[in-house]
Amino acid sequence: MTQIHTSPHTPFSNSVSRMMTLVILTLIPAMLAYIWFFGWGILINSLICIVTAYLTEAWMLRLRKRPLWPFLSDGSALITALLIAFALPPIIAWWIPALATAFAIIIAKHLYGGLGYNPFNPAMVGYAMLLIVFPKQMTAWIPAATENGFTLNFVENLHYNLFAELPADKTYDMITQATPLDMLDIQVALGKTVAEVEAGFIQFSPYFGDGWDWISLMFLFGGLILIYKRVITWHIPVAMLTSIAVLSGLAWIINADANPDPLFHLLGGASMIGAFYIATDPVTASTTPLGRLIYGAGIGIITYIIRAWGGYPDGVAFGVLIMNMAVPTIDYYTQPRVFGQGGAND
Amino acid sequence: MRKLWSFRGGLKLDGHKQLSMQQPITAADIPEYLVIPLQQHIGEAAYPIVDVGDRVLTGQIIAQAEGYVSAPVHASGSGEVVAIEDRPIAHPSGMHGMCIVIKTDGKDEWITLTPHAEDYRQLDPSALRNLIRDAGIVGLGGAGFPTYIKLNPGTKKHIDTLILNGVECEPYITCDAMLMQESARQIIDGLMIMRHALQARQCVIAIEDNKPDAIQAMHSALTSQESTFIEVVTIPTRYPAGSEKQLIKTVTGVEIPSNRLPLQHGIVCQNVGTAVAVGQAILEGKPLVSRIVTVTGHALHAPRNYHARIGTPMIDLLQQAGLNEHKLARLVMGGPMMGFEIPEHTSPVLKTTNCLLAVTQDDVGQSSAMPCIRCGECTRVCPAGLLPQQLYWHARAKDFDMTQKYNLFDCIECGCCTYVCPSHIPLVQYYRFAKTEIWAQERDRKKSDHARERHEFHQYRLERKKQEDEERRRKKKELLKNAQQKSDKQDAIAAALARVEAKKAQQKQEAGE
Ligand code: SF4
Ligand code: SF4
Repeated sequence: MTQIHTSPHTPFSNSVSRMMTLVILTLIPAMLAYIWFFGWGILINSLICIVTAYLTEAWMLRLRKRPLWPFLSDGSALITALLIAFALPPIIAWWIPALATAFAIIIAKHLYGGLGYNPFNPAMVGYAMLLIVFPKQMTAWIPAATENGFTLNFVENLHYNLFAELPADKTYDMITQATPLDMLDIQVALGKTVAEVEAGFIQFSPYFGDGWDWISLMFLFGGLILIYKRVITWHIPVAMLTSIAVLSGLAWIINADANPDPLFHLLGGASMIGAFYIATDPVTASTTPLGRLIYGAGIGIITYIIRAWGGYPDGVAFGVLIMNMAVPTIDYYTQPRVFGQGGAND
Repeated sequence: MRKLWSFRGGLKLDGHKQLSMQQPITAADIPEYLVIPLQQHIGEAAYPIVDVGDRVLTGQIIAQAEGYVSAPVHASGSGEVVAIEDRPIAHPSGMHGMCIVIKTDGKDEWITLTPHAEDYRQLDPSALRNLIRDAGIVGLGGAGFPTYIKLNPGTKKHIDTLILNGVECEPYITCDAMLMQESARQIIDGLMIMRHALQARQCVIAIEDNKPDAIQAMHSALTSQESTFIEVVTIPTRYPAGSEKQLIKTVTGVEIPSNRLPLQHGIVCQNVGTAVAVGQAILEGKPLVSRIVTVTGHALHAPRNYHARIGTPMIDLLQQAGLNEHKLARLVMGGPMMGFEIPEHTSPVLKTTNCLLAVTQDDVGQSSAMPCIRCGECTRVCPAGLLPQQLYWHARAKDFDMTQKYNLFDCIECGCCTYVCPSHIPLVQYYRFAKTEIWAQERDRKKSDHARERHEFHQYRLERKKQEDEERRRKKKELLKNAQQKSDKQDAIAAALARVEAKKAQQKQEAGE
């Protein structure tokens, strides 16, 4: 007896690999901006992460006796790899991205049952592990090319990442600098006002003269395409960005000397990539419309709290991971109204 | 203009309607054999009242309705009954069913028909319903619920709105659209009769806005007097707008809760094809022996709508529409969203067969299911407001209590969730599975309830018997005692009598002396 096919008897309107492909394609503008402002490091890190991701993914699938091809082609490992690469400083020892990716794929994804079963965003688990284990390396960023007029070229960057050696004419301190969020934290803690800090560093002003802002705008641009293409819905990004804007706006109104304005919070750090590319990971996010608003707002609030009072310059990763834990509860309490049950009429 | 409401979820789908609308409705050939199943409706199967070897005429009752929810079955052609046996029939589970097989004689000789043309308005609604029942009419839209029951307002005396469903929201299917274009007047005749049966205040003919010709035809078929209480309403094209509860919401704004019937809210929905059948039954006295079937799909050279006899083997219709065997990947009865595959192409056309879809390999996606990535797309499109992904989760885990908590039985099996699922999970299949399991469990429980009842009754009878026996013994004893006393008494009486007798004799003797 042949197997009887079930409805619908139509071509598929969507697929996991289509969604993942769109996510990856829309990351390209941000990737280009990254290379433009910070040099080739992002590309090197991406390659390391991707290779690690596919090797570990294939290895885990083999161990778990799962078919290789459908799962390797779904693109999810690629996204995990890219998100980790985007989170790391461009100049960093090669084994750190590799370690984070392997950790993400093996521990955060496959130990929980693989695609669809992991409660925590794998990329953020890998990144958070680095934040905890290698805090120093994580903050050693490089200034945008617009400031000191050079970036390392591809070979130089690769050479550093592989062998931790810089070209003879450059020193480590010359090429590294904290991220704007980090810098602000440190300087305000030292007693400076936000305006003073901003005046002292070209990367803070004017707004669109500095790499971070542009990269954030590229994430925003890519994210809007994803919403338009129905890969993600607007709920999580809007809720997350709104809560960050409102909280930082309040703080700014109360004391503009100690608190940067909302735009700084939205375009600095990981707000945009977080809102459109990390918090929207379907597997680990809430699935109901109302639940997504709560989930997104929760991430925004935690992110702001960590930025303002926590020990880390940015809080997106922890915001996502903490809200991941709340997802089952959120989903349970935000079920949509069933047709005919408690409507406006009757 | 009527205010329209909208229901949540749903999909915009490619209609593919033009494919089968290029030709007028064509009369299908009379097949050599008609295979007429006894169960073509929801409810009890009819039971045959003819024997093998009998000659039957077109329109003759060959199987009688059994019970309240049932419908009789008529011969759809004249000829000889050659078998009453199990045959493969169209059913979601690919089952077999009892069929009466007629070898046709090609004469198509009809029984004498008794029309009620002039007097239907004088007929009592219940008499009208009996005629409709006797004509074997069931909902032709797909579900096949006996029509006369849906035309019975019951205790709800006042029916406000009778909605005639000409929405036909599933892709490919065009039988209702073609019927509206070609037989608008007959539809309205039938509608008027149904309105009389229900004593409904107003009627709404609902049609999707992708059928301008049908809308036009219905408009112009209405007399000005009729249009004071019959309204043709154009609704936006969105799947599943033709699903009963969604349609009621769209037209009236009322959401019928899961455990209630539209009737309880003063609303009744009927399909346009059913209206024509009702009209023919009353005005011409014709029972339901044929219907319009859309025969379409990319595996056919000449897709179109056929006027086909109930019981015609599906393969006959496909061949008349120019079937290309090599291209046929699967035969589907119904539309692409809710229809199901028919493995046996010789299965007969049923009263509920609205469409035969000859699907090619290019028409269907091929890929194995991936794990659910919790994207929530299914929730977004579900018109019933369910969480399809949670339902899937619990159905797969066979946690049927949880599926019911997540309102499994509110699922209308529209297939929207499966259609959008990026992981290509056959979600609806899981829901059907869960429903069937729950029904089976319920049946088992009923069975065991029944057994328990029987057992308890048995116990009760034993107990009663014991009591009765005791009672009888007691009575017997009493009786015996009584008898004893009685005989004592009798003895005394007899003795007394004897004494009296003796005395009398003594006196006689003394007197005689
Ligand atoms: S659409 Fe499919 S993958 Fe997405 S949540 Fe629903 S079941 Fe899961
Ligand atoms: S098949 Fe059921 S669960 Fe799926 S969309 Fe339709 S009503 Fe919702």
